[in-house]
Amino acid sequence: MTVTTLQERTVLPMAKAINEGLRAAMAADDKVLLMGEDIGPLGGVFRVTDKLQADFGSARVLDTPLAESGIIGNAIGLALRGYRPVIEIQFDGFIFPGFNQIVAHLAKITNRHEGAISMPVVIRVPYGGHIGAVEHHQESPEAYFAHTPGLRVVAPSTPNDAYWMIQQAIQSNDPVLFFEPKAKYWMKGEVDPAAPAADLHQTRVARTGTDCTVVAYGAMVTMALQAAEVAESEGTSLEVVDLRSVSPIHYEPLLESVRKTGRLVVAQEASGNASVGSEIAAYVAEHAFYSLEAPVLRVSGYDVPFPPARLEGYFLPDADRILEAVDRTMHY
Amino acid sequence: MSQTQQLDVDMVDPEPIRFLDVDGRYAPSSSASAFADELEGVGLDEFKQWYRAMFFTRAFDTEATHLQRQGQLALWAPSVGQEGCQVGLAHAAEPQDHLFPAYREHTVAHVRGVDFVSVAMLFRGFTHGGWDVTDPKSGNFHLYTLVLGSQSHHASGYALGQVLDAKRREGNTKLDPGEAGTETGEASMVFYGDGTSSQGDTSEAMVFAASYQTPTVFVVQNNQWAISVPVERQSRTPLYRRALGFGIRSVQIDGNDPLAAYAVGRKFLRLAREGKGPGYIEALTYRIGAHTTSDDPTRYRQQEELEEWQQRDPIKRLEAYLREQGVDDAYFDEVAKAADQEAKRVRDAVLAEPAPDADSMFAHVYSEEHPRIEEQRQWLDHYEASFETAEADGGAK
Repeated sequence: MTVTTLQERTVLPMAKAINEGLRAAMAADDKVLLMGEDIGPLGGVFRVTDKLQADFGSARVLDTPLAESGIIGNAIGLALRGYRPVIEIQFDGFIFPGFNQIVAHLAKITNRHEGAISMPVVIRVPYGGHIGAVEHHQESPEAYFAHTPGLRVVAPSTPNDAYWMIQQAIQSNDPVLFFEPKAKYWMKGEVDPAAPAADLHQTRVARTGTDCTVVAYGAMVTMALQAAEVAESEGTSLEVVDLRSVSPIHYEPLLESVRKTGRLVVAQEASGNASVGSEIAAYVAEHAFYSLEAPVLRVSGYDVPFPPARLEGYFLPDADRILEAVDRTMHY
Repeated sequence: MSQTQQLDVDMVDPEPIRFLDVDGRYAPSSSASAFADELEGVGLDEFKQWYRAMFFTRAFDTEATHLQRQGQLALWAPSVGQEGCQVGLAHAAEPQDHLFPAYREHTVAHVRGVDFVSVAMLFRGFTHGGWDVTDPKSGNFHLYTLVLGSQSHHASGYALGQVLDAKRREGNTKLDPGEAGTETGEASMVFYGDGTSSQGDTSEAMVFAASYQTPTVFVVQNNQWAISVPVERQSRTPLYRRALGFGIRSVQIDGNDPLAAYAVGRKFLRLAREGKGPGYIEALTYRIGAHTTSDDPTRYRQQEELEEWQQRDPIKRLEAYLREQGVDDAYFDEVAKAADQEAKRVRDAVLAEPAPDADSMFAHVYSEEHPRIEEQRQWLDHYEASFETAEADGGAK
């Protein structure tokens, strides 16, 4: 089968970058297969799997019955058989019918088999707000999975990262929850198929600065960079750290940044209680206490269900809310 | 014993498939004729082997219950009464078939080569599944599953992999709705109970198996009780009828007749391997003992019901059949003695096994390196070592 994969630097929107990453992974390893609802002729509701079924056939890109537990459970069976399934969950809020299969089995099978079996399953989840959708279509459920031993959880913030990280996730022998910030699907950026990619779980310093560190992942990285632009014009230098991986978290560059700036603001869309941001705040307090000039502050969604779309602007943190937190920490 | 209430529709259930009557006489039911050919070539030697496996499993079951009562196992889930369908189905499978159990499939485990010691170690709290499913000695028998019904997806997914492997061999890239199944030469079989039939996953798995025509045989051991709740609380129709609604061939068998289990299992597995799609077998049986050692069935079951089912005990039934075929006391005495020895061997091995290392807790959480796990493993090592240092210091004073 001859499939054309991305050969040279190109500017692509993130959805297309993931599509190219999937295409490259499938061309490289014929045990990689895609499963999900509407991912065949339709190419997925966000078109991330566009034309992949035409290129690889319906036995590599499987339109499934409409049943999340079934999709994930069958992928586990396929992984037991030696396949590397990549699942698409249509929207964040629909992952919960499959939650049992993910946390009770996918996360534990390697451990239960004492290492004799690995679970190279990737679950792609379009997540997060900013698209004005109806309920169950804008959530950020990553903390549930980051809390579960045996799973890895990542979220790209740029098209280039998305292109590379999806391939790295597929190559990983562990199960990976791959959270795609749907607000960024249409954001364009340069994708370089030749440049060596950072490790899947390696933090990226997205902007250097000296006064305060802002750590974010997924779509919030864009907000943090916007905040940094504004802050600079006001004379405050923000360093922006893009986690890329929320489990495990690569802490060294983050701690290094905090030791330099003495201040940390964590920004996430998810509700704050028992969240990824909570974990970062605790870890940094534990490991860089004497470097901190101020308490670690969290900027997050409120501890309420994701509101109706007309209210999402209040719920979702933006650059202004990050700047408000930066002000508080700077004046502490 | 009516298993369900009939609906007010004109549907008559055939008699369950049965070859041996309750007294162990060869007396096929009307529905059994379609499966009689499957027993051709199965002779006295095989029946004796089946009897031995059932008897061994019961001896192990009894020993495990004792071990639990003595505080050596955290819990035990006895399979007493259900050995008949298990032995027949386990022998119906070919070595290349993959079997996905719940947690009461001790006879199947034994027939496929899994050591009883490994089964006991799970309940002893030493492992989460002490046998290596990738070792051919384990007979492609997968780990026990305690989250009810979720293994039905693993079985249909595994069987989907069997289909995709066959397609790859043929260079066929299509898997489209409505297309005929694919000959695979191998199958998967999944076991669960009547209570589990209420779990959504078991229905979803039938959707997937039917949709992709996977070579999956679903085995429902209807032992009449989901802990304390009777099967009537799970279903208003005989369970096998549900599968028919998914487009899956389905029958009801006398689950205490190993011949019926073997014959139907043989045929359904063969059809599955030939690409003719999944099957579903409801085995009517009875859990003679408690659900687990934490359960007290006298609170919810009638003594008369128990006694009635004890009359249909699969081991007694096969013993009667073997005796009618001329098998004498010497054989039965030898099996009983060997089973005793096996139970003792298991007991000794279970008690002799050293507790697992604390380190093993961290060893296989991930297949690839994980910094937090390694950090915590080292911390625990250091913490444990600090007690030894403290002891050594104390001794020096």
